[in-house]
Amino acid sequence: MSRTRDVSGARTANTYSTNMNHHILSVLVQNRPGVLARVAGLFARRGYNIFSLAVAPAEEEGRSRITIVVDLDSAPLEQITKQLFKLIDVIKISELDPSRSVERELLIATVKAAGPKLADVSTLAEIFEGKIIAVAEDLVTVSLEGHPDKLDDFEDLLGRHGIVELQRTGRVALPKLDRSSRHRSTH
Amino acid sequence: MTDSPATPERITGAQALIRSLEHENVDLIFGYPGGCILPAYDPLMDSPIRHILVRHEQGAGHAAEGYAHVSGKPGVAMVTSGPAATNLVTPLMDAFMDSIPMVAITGQVPTAAIGSDAFQECDTVGITRSCTKHNELVLSADEIPMAIRQAFHIATTGRPGPTLVDIPKDALTNEMEWYWPTDEEVQASLPGYRPNTKGHPRMIKEAANLILASERPIVYAGGGILKARAAEALRELVELIDAHVVTTLMARGAFPDEHPLCLGMPGMHGNATAITAMQQSDLLITLGARFDDRITGKVDAFAPEAKIIHVDIDPAEQGKVRRPDVPIVGDANYVILEIIREIKVLLQGGARQADTGAWKSKISGWREQFPMTYEPSEPGGLLKPQYCIEQLNKYAPEGTIVASGVGQHQMYTSQYWKFNDPYTWVNSGGLGTMGFSIPAAIGAKAAMPDRTVWAVDGDGCFQMTATELVTATLEKLPIKVALLNNSFLGMVRQWQEMFYDERYSSVFLDSANVPNFVMMAESMGCVGILVESPEEVGPAIERANSINDRTVVVEFRTDATEGVFPMVPAGASNSDLILHPTQSDPTRALQPELKPIDTKLKDAH
Repeated sequence: MSRTRDVSGARTANTYSTNMNHHILSVLVQNRPGVLARVAGLFARRGYNIFSLAVAPAEEEGRSRITIVVDLDSAPLEQITKQLFKLIDVIKISELDPSRSVERELLIATVKAAGPKLADVSTLAEIFEGKIIAVAEDLVTVSLEGHPDKLDDFEDLLGRHGIVELQRTGRVALPKLDRSSRHRSTH
Repeated sequence: MTDSPATPERITGAQALIRSLEHENVDLIFGYPGGCILPAYDPLMDSPIRHILVRHEQGAGHAAEGYAHVSGKPGVAMVTSGPAATNLVTPLMDAFMDSIPMVAITGQVPTAAIGSDAFQECDTVGITRSCTKHNELVLSADEIPMAIRQAFHIATTGRPGPTLVDIPKDALTNEMEWYWPTDEEVQASLPGYRPNTKGHPRMIKEAANLILASERPIVYAGGGILKARAAEALRELVELIDAHVVTTLMARGAFPDEHPLCLGMPGMHGNATAITAMQQSDLLITLGARFDDRITGKVDAFAPEAKIIHVDIDPAEQGKVRRPDVPIVGDANYVILEIIREIKVLLQGGARQADTGAWKSKISGWREQFPMTYEPSEPGGLLKPQYCIEQLNKYAPEGTIVASGVGQHQMYTSQYWKFNDPYTWVNSGGLGTMGFSIPAAIGAKAAMPDRTVWAVDGDGCFQMTATELVTATLEKLPIKVALLNNSFLGMVRQWQEMFYDERYSSVFLDSANVPNFVMMAESMGCVGILVESPEEVGPAIERANSINDRTVVVEFRTDATEGVFPMVPAGASNSDLILHPTQSDPTRALQPELKPIDTKLKDAH
């Protein structure tokens, strides 16, 4: 059975974000050549499934943070994190509990919007607090940043207009701040 | 060691590489030169490091493994780019599976040519990423000393394993200012690498309590005992708690076979007592072992009543196959000594060890009833391979090292050789690499020139790597090869006999006719001896043992119809082992006692 996400076919809302078998790992790595290949190669070699992956430099120089959403149908999370930690370039792994973390993702999509349909798409974008970033004769490109669940809903509604192309970044996440902790929010 | 000359010294990357290896106390390298690694071979001529020129890069890798197996020091293999690097892949994976410390150095095309499909270019770090503990492409001459220090540090600490440093030609020819990084600098450069060697004190206490409470304990000793140099500590623990020990294929010699508490090898081709004792124990004291499928058989049916203490330096081994009751991440030697201390404290505090008397007598019953057995050959018939191994063992000088290939001959050797000292057994366990024995034996001989080194090989394995006998001859590393020639890929033949209705597909090698192994051996400067009858076996071995200035190949013509037993078929439960055809278990003494069926459990399935 294929566990890859079918983006072209009909898809019920929320299968993407709220699947109980998805966990978020925030992996701090040394930003060295090949580090992403090491992480991705480990997942491939041991048969673990990556659901989404986002990587960019972290706050400290020479470090990157990789946010991986893993599919736990393929392996227990404990084994995945232990194997990941064996990679020499991996410095720290945190498992982010969705109820105790903030998650964001960016979506951009080009949809069909000929004539009066443009207003419909525009309204939809407004309701979701998204943006129209480009308009052509019968097409419009919209963007939306937010919680992945919200993006799911937006994507479903956009689907009614006919999505021509769509790209999501994969989620990024950080632990939710404890209200009593101040030092983290000073800057 | 730190070098800090007043005026910075400018040397080439190649000189820095060789000097770095000297600083890492490398005394010999197994290698093969070629285009991109050429610059490194020039300063090597002026170095005290000995270079052993192999005949195939795979041989360099396995020789480095054999060297590491017996010496405990990392083996070093140096080869050029492209095909040389890909020829190293098998030994790297072999070393990775068996946790052998090894450092590979590969040449690479100049940095400007990387990615252009240049002559002899390949993505070495990409190819070897999943068969090394760590690998690194060095981009400039300056980076070489640090890359070498990291490679040795990573290969030899934590769970040992192979590392690889890929060096482009221009990084070797360019100049750099020599420096040797300090320990602190190496640590700081590897912020994500901090192997835990000390076990958790609370877990160690818990282990001690479980051990004293167990009525049916078995010590399950794996290759980690040898890596941690913990054989002495193991013996102390075993004698303190008076429990029986099984030694896995990777741990043969870690506990003396002669010791009354040693049960020998468990697993697919283990002996009936070792398999059954694990299967029926109530506590497996697992030390540096990883519940490999060849040990457990069907995992769900493995040692169903046993609690598990699992000592391993690799946290990822905890719970990978079997969930431990007491996981202890740490160095086996350290943890065993701590467990011993804790047990002594408990005993002094008035604790008493549970009575293991009934269990012990059960074990001795099995040992008496199910010894390792085979039938001697018929007059005029082919030799029994087990007999050849017994005779090799009988005539072996003190401290003999045995290396083996992979297949029936490997299992016979592990079963019938009495290993009494650690680091006397060199074999390919995890990867099962045919052709391992000859190059590995050469590496072992290079590390221990005063020891007798026997390579036990099969006719299939021999034909894969026999070219390295030229290396043995020319480098004056005289090994001895016991070639068990049954004209077949014996293990595959055995499976076809047992599981494929005796349909023998592509397993007949016809090696009693082609090649002529004696001529082949002689052509490579070795002494070749052919043995066909039982009365010739002893004298031939004695003759081989008396020749110490040349490599000797003794070819034994053995019986292909002989199989390796006992056997637990792949995927079967260890309770369903198959004894040697001449043995039987009419009273079902090896079967677990029947228990009332748990109806709830039954319904659930």
